[in-house]
Amino acid sequence: MAKRIEVEDLDIYYGSFRAVRNVSMTIHPRAITALIGPSGCGKSTYLRALNRMHELIPAARVEGRVVMDEQDLYAPGVDPVDVRKHVGMVFQRPNPFPTMSVYENVAAGLRLNHKRIRKSELDGIVEESLRGANLWEEVKDRLGKPGSGLSGGQQQRLCIARAIAVKPDVLLMDEPCSALDPISTHAIEDLMAELKENYTIVIVTHNMQQAARVSNYTGFFNIGGTGEPGELVEIDETPTIFSTPTHTDTEEYISGRFG
Amino acid sequence: MSSIGQDAVQGRRARKRPADQAFRGITTGAGVLILVVLAGVAAFLLIEAWPAFVAPAEEIPGEGGLVLYIWPLVFGTLLAAALALVLAAPLAVLIALFITHYAPRRLAQLLGYVIDLLAAVPSIIYGLWGFTVLAPATLTPTGWLAENLGFIPLFAGPASTTGRTMFTTALVLAVMILPIITAVIREAFLQTPKLYEEAALALGATRLEMIRTAVLPFGGSSILSGSMLGLGRALGETMAVAIVLSASGGITFNLISSGNPATIAANIALEFPESSGVAIDALIASGLVLFAITLVVNMIARAVINRRTDFSGAS
Repeated sequence: MAKRIEVEDLDIYYGSFRAVRNVSMTIHPRAITALIGPSGCGKSTYLRALNRMHELIPAARVEGRVVMDEQDLYAPGVDPVDVRKHVGMVFQRPNPFPTMSVYENVAAGLRLNHKRIRKSELDGIVEESLRGANLWEEVKDRLGKPGSGLSGGQQQRLCIARAIAVKPDVLLMDEPCSALDPISTHAIEDLMAELKENYTIVIVTHNMQQAARVSNYTGFFNIGGTGEPGELVEIDETPTIFSTPTHTDTEEYISGRFG
Repeated sequence: MSSIGQDAVQGRRARKRPADQAFRGITTGAGVLILVVLAGVAAFLLIEAWPAFVAPAEEIPGEGGLVLYIWPLVFGTLLAAALALVLAAPLAVLIALFITHYAPRRLAQLLGYVIDLLAAVPSIIYGLWGFTVLAPATLTPTGWLAENLGFIPLFAGPASTTGRTMFTTALVLAVMILPIITAVIREAFLQTPKLYEEAALALGATRLEMIRTAVLPFGGSSILSGSMLGLGRALGETMAVAIVLSASGGITFNLISSGNPATIAANIALEFPESSGVAIDALIASGLVLFAITLVVNMIARAVINRRTDFSGAS
């Protein structure tokens, strides 16, 4: 549960193109770390590097270290499938499996990881996960209905329930609210505040108010220019970033002068 | 409100654009034409087959009347087509998966072309290949089957010495329907949205588990519809079966002996030139039955696909 991640000198490449340059940061457990920055600055790429999802793009690779539990996630012999079991992810667009019911969606990860699991035990974990995602009361009478029949905000909380059902150590969220209306966004933000008691959470967001509202730490990414790699300008406690940032770029971005 | 809005409303009432009207007529005509053709075919079959329905039993070829004449043909048709589908459908799913999820891009494209090319080979070529190459090649395996697995009724034997068996026929048909099934399934797999694949992978799914969780369920209805297309082709295939299968009539599940049930289409092709009178009517009656079978197969497929729309990809 809730592990610390140390990122050391991480470079991310697509083929020969360096997308992200030289990122080092500590991601604290039981806290929310927000990554902000203009479009194309590499923050989503960086997020996906934390659970090795970016490797799905052919020729993608990294240099540097991502250390969790004294284990470099990119050390030879580390299976990306195992990494993803410990570092879960929630995506920009809600993506419950369309052919599965609400129940089956939450159970999907468990069915992958433990082939044999007792029905009563599974029922318990599904309920616990849905309660953890603040969705239980809304769906408890329709567990057998398709997950795609829920509203957008409910679908996203279903995806969060699905992610936490496998009890990961870290939860990555890639703009989880950008496809949602303000009320659903509020529900997800409340949920994140509860989840950080047990999880390490990293969220990419375009919404600076959201970063200021929910996060404990904020990192600002930027690019020097077109074709240049993205880089981490600075990372600090959220109040510090939003009141007295060290770099003028950060100040200009959060005050709305560009981006 | 605005004058533009009023113009538009009045224009819609007042003016009928001739080109629009004409094109609407043409497309409607095309739509109606397909119904007319279908109805025409059905009517032709009914009218031409009618004499066979009312003719006395002893005028029908064989013995025992029309039902006893057509039933073994129906059996042979269904057996050959079902066997071909059982062989081809799983292979088609595997090929489609390889092309969409495993093969390097270049190889995938090449394979795609080859598969489409297979669909373009005329069926008589498949027939000749089945007769000259495949039939002799099955002799050793069928001999082994008859000797060692003879207790299974399918392989009861004695093995045919020519290889022109139901077994060989089903193999040829399987090769023939493989491309169309593969093409349909491949398209569906290609359209599996990335976000569902990512959802599975982010839960710690291996590639195989991702395919099982996200790709196969998403392509489920297309596997079914592709299979039905293939089944339709196998049911109606004429020349290849006429060349390969050495039919002796009768009903048997024994796939490898020299006594094989004929199929409707091949039987028509083989018997038609030498038939006259009520025999021709009886052949057309068997054609009517084939028409009905394919219709029912397609309707069942539709029903199954529609029943699953609740859980389809439409989210």
